[in-house]
Amino acid sequence: MSQTASRYFVPEPSHWPIVGSLALGLMASGAVMAMNGVAAGKFTLIGGFCVLVYMLFGWFGTVIRESEGGKYSKMVDSSFRWSMSWFIFSEVMFFAAFFGGLFYIRVLSVPDLASFENVKFLYPHFSDVWPSAGPAFKEKFTAMEAFGLPAINTLLLLTSGATLTWAHWGLVKDNRKQLIIGLFLTVALGIAFLVCQAIEYHEAYSEHNLKMTTGVFGSTFFMLTGFHGFHVTLGATMLIVILFRSIFGHFKPDHHFAFEAVAWYWHFVDVVWLLLFILVYWL
Amino acid sequence: MAAVDHAHGHEHGHDGHGHHPTGLMRWVTTTNHKDIGSMYLWFSFAMFMVGGAMSLVIRAELFQPGLQVVSPAFYNQMITLHALIMVFGAIMPAFVGFANWMIPLQIGAPDMAFARMNNWSFWILPVAGSMLVGSMFVPGGASGTGWTLYPPLSIQMGMGMDMAIFGVHLLGMSSIMGSINIITTILNLRAPGMTLMKMPMFCWTWLITAYLLIAVMPVLAGAVTMLLTDRHFGTTFFDAAGGGDPVLFQHIFWFFGHPEVYIIALPAFGVISEVIPAFSRKPIFGYTSMVYAIASIAIISFFVWAHHMYTTGIPLTGQLYFMYATMLIAVPTGVKVFNWVATMWRGELTFETPMLFALGFLFLFTLGGFSGLVLSVTAVDIMLQDTYYVVAHFHYVMVAGAVFSAYAGAYYWLPKWTGHMYDETLGKAHFWLTLFFFNLTFFVQHFLGLAGMPRRIPDYALQFAEFNKLSSIGAFGLGLSQLLFLYVVIKCIKGGKKAEANVWGAPGLEWTVPSPAPYHTFEEPPVVK
Amino acid sequence: MNLTVYRLAKHLGAKMGSIGLFFALLPSLAMAKYEYNMEPPVSATGLSAYHLHNWMTMVCLVIFVVVFAVLGYSLYAHRKSVGHKAASFHENTLVELAWTIVPFLILIVIAVPATKALIAMKDTSEPDITIKVTGYQWKWGYDYLKGDGEGIKFISTLSTPQAQINGQEPKGENYLLEVDNPIVVPVNKKIRILTTANDVIHSWAMPAFAIKQDAVPGFIRDTAFRVEKEGTYRGQCSELCGKDHGFMPIVVEVVSDEKYAAWVEDQKKKMAAAAGDPNKVWTLDESKAYGEKVYATNCVACHQANGKGIPGAFKALDGSPIATGPKAEHISRVLNGKAGTAMAAFGKQLSDADIAAVITYERNSWSNKTGEVIQPSEIKAAR
Ligand code: HEA
Ligand code: HEA
Ligand code: HEC
Ligand code: CUA
Ligand SMILES: [Cu+2]
Repeated sequence: MSQTASRYFVPEPSHWPIVGSLALGLMASGAVMAMNGVAAGKFTLIGGFCVLVYMLFGWFGTVIRESEGGKYSKMVDSSFRWSMSWFIFSEVMFFAAFFGGLFYIRVLSVPDLASFENVKFLYPHFSDVWPSAGPAFKEKFTAMEAFGLPAINTLLLLTSGATLTWAHWGLVKDNRKQLIIGLFLTVALGIAFLVCQAIEYHEAYSEHNLKMTTGVFGSTFFMLTGFHGFHVTLGATMLIVILFRSIFGHFKPDHHFAFEAVAWYWHFVDVVWLLLFILVYWL
Repeated sequence: MAAVDHAHGHEHGHDGHGHHPTGLMRWVTTTNHKDIGSMYLWFSFAMFMVGGAMSLVIRAELFQPGLQVVSPAFYNQMITLHALIMVFGAIMPAFVGFANWMIPLQIGAPDMAFARMNNWSFWILPVAGSMLVGSMFVPGGASGTGWTLYPPLSIQMGMGMDMAIFGVHLLGMSSIMGSINIITTILNLRAPGMTLMKMPMFCWTWLITAYLLIAVMPVLAGAVTMLLTDRHFGTTFFDAAGGGDPVLFQHIFWFFGHPEVYIIALPAFGVISEVIPAFSRKPIFGYTSMVYAIASIAIISFFVWAHHMYTTGIPLTGQLYFMYATMLIAVPTGVKVFNWVATMWRGELTFETPMLFALGFLFLFTLGGFSGLVLSVTAVDIMLQDTYYVVAHFHYVMVAGAVFSAYAGAYYWLPKWTGHMYDETLGKAHFWLTLFFFNLTFFVQHFLGLAGMPRRIPDYALQFAEFNKLSSIGAFGLGLSQLLFLYVVIKCIKGGKKAEANVWGAPGLEWTVPSPAPYHTFEEPPVVK
Repeated sequence: MNLTVYRLAKHLGAKMGSIGLFFALLPSLAMAKYEYNMEPPVSATGLSAYHLHNWMTMVCLVIFVVVFAVLGYSLYAHRKSVGHKAASFHENTLVELAWTIVPFLILIVIAVPATKALIAMKDTSEPDITIKVTGYQWKWGYDYLKGDGEGIKFISTLSTPQAQINGQEPKGENYLLEVDNPIVVPVNKKIRILTTANDVIHSWAMPAFAIKQDAVPGFIRDTAFRVEKEGTYRGQCSELCGKDHGFMPIVVEVVSDEKYAAWVEDQKKKMAAAAGDPNKVWTLDESKAYGEKVYATNCVACHQANGKGIPGAFKALDGSPIATGPKAEHISRVLNGKAGTAMAAFGKQLSDADIAAVITYERNSWSNKTGEVIQPSEIKAAR
């Protein structure tokens, strides 16, 4: 336990929360306007995003200063652990909604649409095959092949999980070099993943005629992989922050919650990808 | 561990007021759980007024057959906003307010685990609230879909719908952050000796509620996100033409929605479990079984969602399963009711305002539970679904359940918050008026429902006229009676008899600190034996 | 055992259910018109659900009375003001087990008849007549698919005049529960209803038959009834479907076989007459006059009589670029609607003549003065 920290830690009053609320308010109203063709929408949205970034810098900066200043006791540390676990649980449930949707569409709604009475009265030529874009979709499209880019992506992410763990070992052994190299590799792999994902999307649109608007297949495909990609982006950003902090000499072998939090998050993103690979690409 | 470094304590501790912002900025930047709790409570009451005013628009239109007050489109917007504002703006924040104020006091912690984030959870609410209320004023008006936001109707709506969607996203963020805070506080910041099984029941209900919230708010966020992309980005999750299904939305919504009703009910149970023992002067009966009952309710609540969808055409086996599962919830809820009765049995009962509200809760919530049980039986629900019987059911559990319990809690802890006793006579008057008008408003709605009056209609056939008239009169009475509460609270803040530390002679750490509770409490943990 | 209890209670239940419920309603006793309970359904399956409801209400009432009698005694006897001193007990495993198990048993007793009633209700096999019901914003389409009357097709809309709704005329007896074309079915025959919808979810509900089935766009769902008593039965759309959700009633006339046969005959004649001469060439005035009628039944709910729509929700037609621009686009918009908005594809609901006329009307009303006449043949070509 750090010498200067008291049992509890109650922070000073802070203006970051209200800045954050302002950012969210701007972003939400900006998005609403942008989606409904109001000209000011885009700028409000971007403005809100900038405020959000400013807030995140400020807020996390404060947290990092407090942490490095030794204000966080063991108790605070374990609070962080609880909170990060529950936060990841909430993310799991967010993805669960989309996986649940995918399950329902594949197991219930598409077969139902192709079942006796519906076919008879509504969709004379519709049959229950997956991938499906529904009875009204007349164009041709193809699904992405699992054992092409997606398989490579799986490898990339799995490897990045390993390099991250290796970096962690380095941190625990107080081997700074291993820590920094490990983190660097992880970030690089994460970015490689995102690049592959971008190539894949491009192929989907240009070669497979697979778009967001390609019925339920397109909807579930882009929604699930898209939100996953978004989470990889977040994770990679956090890894970059951690990388820089490591370079600046932050973290101690016995006191590095931020590192672990990011690692947990990264592994979570990894697991989601495995599910995606199996349920969206493969089966 | 327990050693407190005083030099450090001075930096931000009890002596640190000097450089703290004052005036409005004190509230905007505060990290104090009591400040934040008070803000939650005030916000909640303000929203209760707004949502209540909307319910009065509804009841005014329904006062007699024919269209008099509003257009049908605006009526639909009113029911949507009324429900969203009451559920997310009034009831949930009210109990988060109680949690903020009382949980640290009850478990002997100096504050919430993440005081800054706590402030943010609160300050997201006004933003979300303005999105909801503001949606009334954009072209096309607010979403007219009912609070359930079912597509494809919600696909047709204008930009008010997008505001509702983003409002729900924001409310979700706030709830998730609030819940993480509460769970962490309870699991990690308890004073030495305060084992989980010694915790006040209110903390237990919140621990489990917070878990429910973290589990289902993201699911709701997912559902409305799909709505948003269906509306604007050409996805077809809820469109049969593209292979989707409008009913999918209902499944996801109610997977959130059913646990949500227990998110509303459980903290209410918690408050009642504090108030009844205090005024019975007896410890709560069956503490352990209470805890198990709460946990079982929470677990079962994940597996019953389709009882809101009996008429959508789910297969027979599905209907049977959901019927059995739903009925099962009566068992743990029954355990709670019986335990409360047994707590009072051979107690030393007095009937101050909090106790009156708790008793009102007990009677009326049980009635609402019974009508829920009737609805859970599929064959019967098919006759009653989407009628006023359902409206009666859920106002019994949510108004007589949650709102009564919030009043019980407010009267119970007001002396601790303000340091003054509230006006008992006015408090009692508030109770009796509320009780009478509540029943006048909602009891008759059972009959309307049985006679077949559909819900969500601005105009109705002539045979429903008399009961609707009574109900509308009741609603206005009910609304006026709530102004009395506002008066009582303001009077209590301004002055009144000084309250002692332990006003009610109740056990619990919150009663060991002076009234009003000092700005900073338990900076060094009390030891619980 | 539980079944005997159930049967015994069933008879009592019908009365007790309502008696129990009226407690709080002393002031209304004087008015005989009041309904305290559901109307007893006129089908066997409905009746069993009805008895189930009464019986359950009574079970709940008994539990309620027992629990609160105990509590009531306690509130009276264990008051501090009468000097009662608090006991200190706070648990009793046996009692707690008992009040977990007993409610569970009661639930099983309820579940048995509940299961039976539901299974009977869900049986839609071997119908005599099959009718497809389509929900539209805000009217019902009926389509006799199989059995006597096969081929009959019509749309049923609210017939209560707007003046009654707005309070300019006294309200009639069946205010809001009357339609222009009720659906007619024979008594004692099993009728299977297939529901679907064209735009949003509606729900086809008939309290007297204990039926409620959502009509989900893009899907076919079903329900069935066999009515044992002739008469006119009234219900309402029971799923929020937009602004005029409260104004799309359902009226079913249950008639004898003979009357039914006559009705079928009549309908067939009417349909043949309505088909008209597809090659007729309309003049502007003819087309506009007929179009006004079509507009008033199909379009006015959204686009309003003055063609101004409702800003932000329903676009104005008065001065609209589509209603004054090239007519192909106008025709296509009305035929195919616009996805993701309330503007439905009317091609499925209206005949060529209807659509041609309404478009003529729209292009030549309010400030729109194109002078064009749209002929049914143009619609046919555009389909
Ligand atoms: C606080 C909120 C709350 C609570 C606690 C409940 C509790 C219950 N609800 Fe309710 N419900 C709502 C809020 C709530 N509900 C809302 C908001 C809606 C409508 C949403 C919408 O459509 O807009 C709704 C709708 C709703 C429906 C759908 C109706 C329809 O649309 O057709 C159903 C159907 O099963 C149902 C059932 C139940 C049941 C079985 C319980 C049970 O938990 C009740 C259990 C309690 C008891 C039974 C009483 C005490 C028990 C005893 C004394 C023991 C002995 C008893 C026996 C053995 C019988 N509810
Ligand atoms: C916790 C949630 C909650 C609460 C507290 C309430 C409180 C009330 N509700 Fe509501 N209600 C819902 C949740 C809630 N409701 C939900 C979820 C729906 C379903 C919506 C849907 O279909 O989608 C609904 C729907 C609903 C309907 C059905 C509408 C319809 O289907 O067409 C009605 C109709 O009577 C109604 C009435 C009321 C009334 C009279 C109150 C009263 O208790 C309110 C009392 C409070 C006040 C009135 C405010 C206080 C005082 C003032 C504002 C001062 C001014 C007063 C005067 C001048 C008199 N509510
Ligand atoms: C349920 C509501 C509803 C009904 C009924 C309805 N419309 Fe519409 N209509 C709309 C909406 C909403 C739009 C705007 C669609 C959009 O966003 O482009 C629209 C647009 C139109 C347009 C295009 C106007 C423009 O400038 O873009 C025409 C033409 C039109 N409707 C004709 C009709 C006709 C003819 C009928 C009746 C046969 C009818 N509508 C019935 C809701 C309705
Ligand atoms: Cu159609 Cu409600
Ligand atoms: Cu429910």
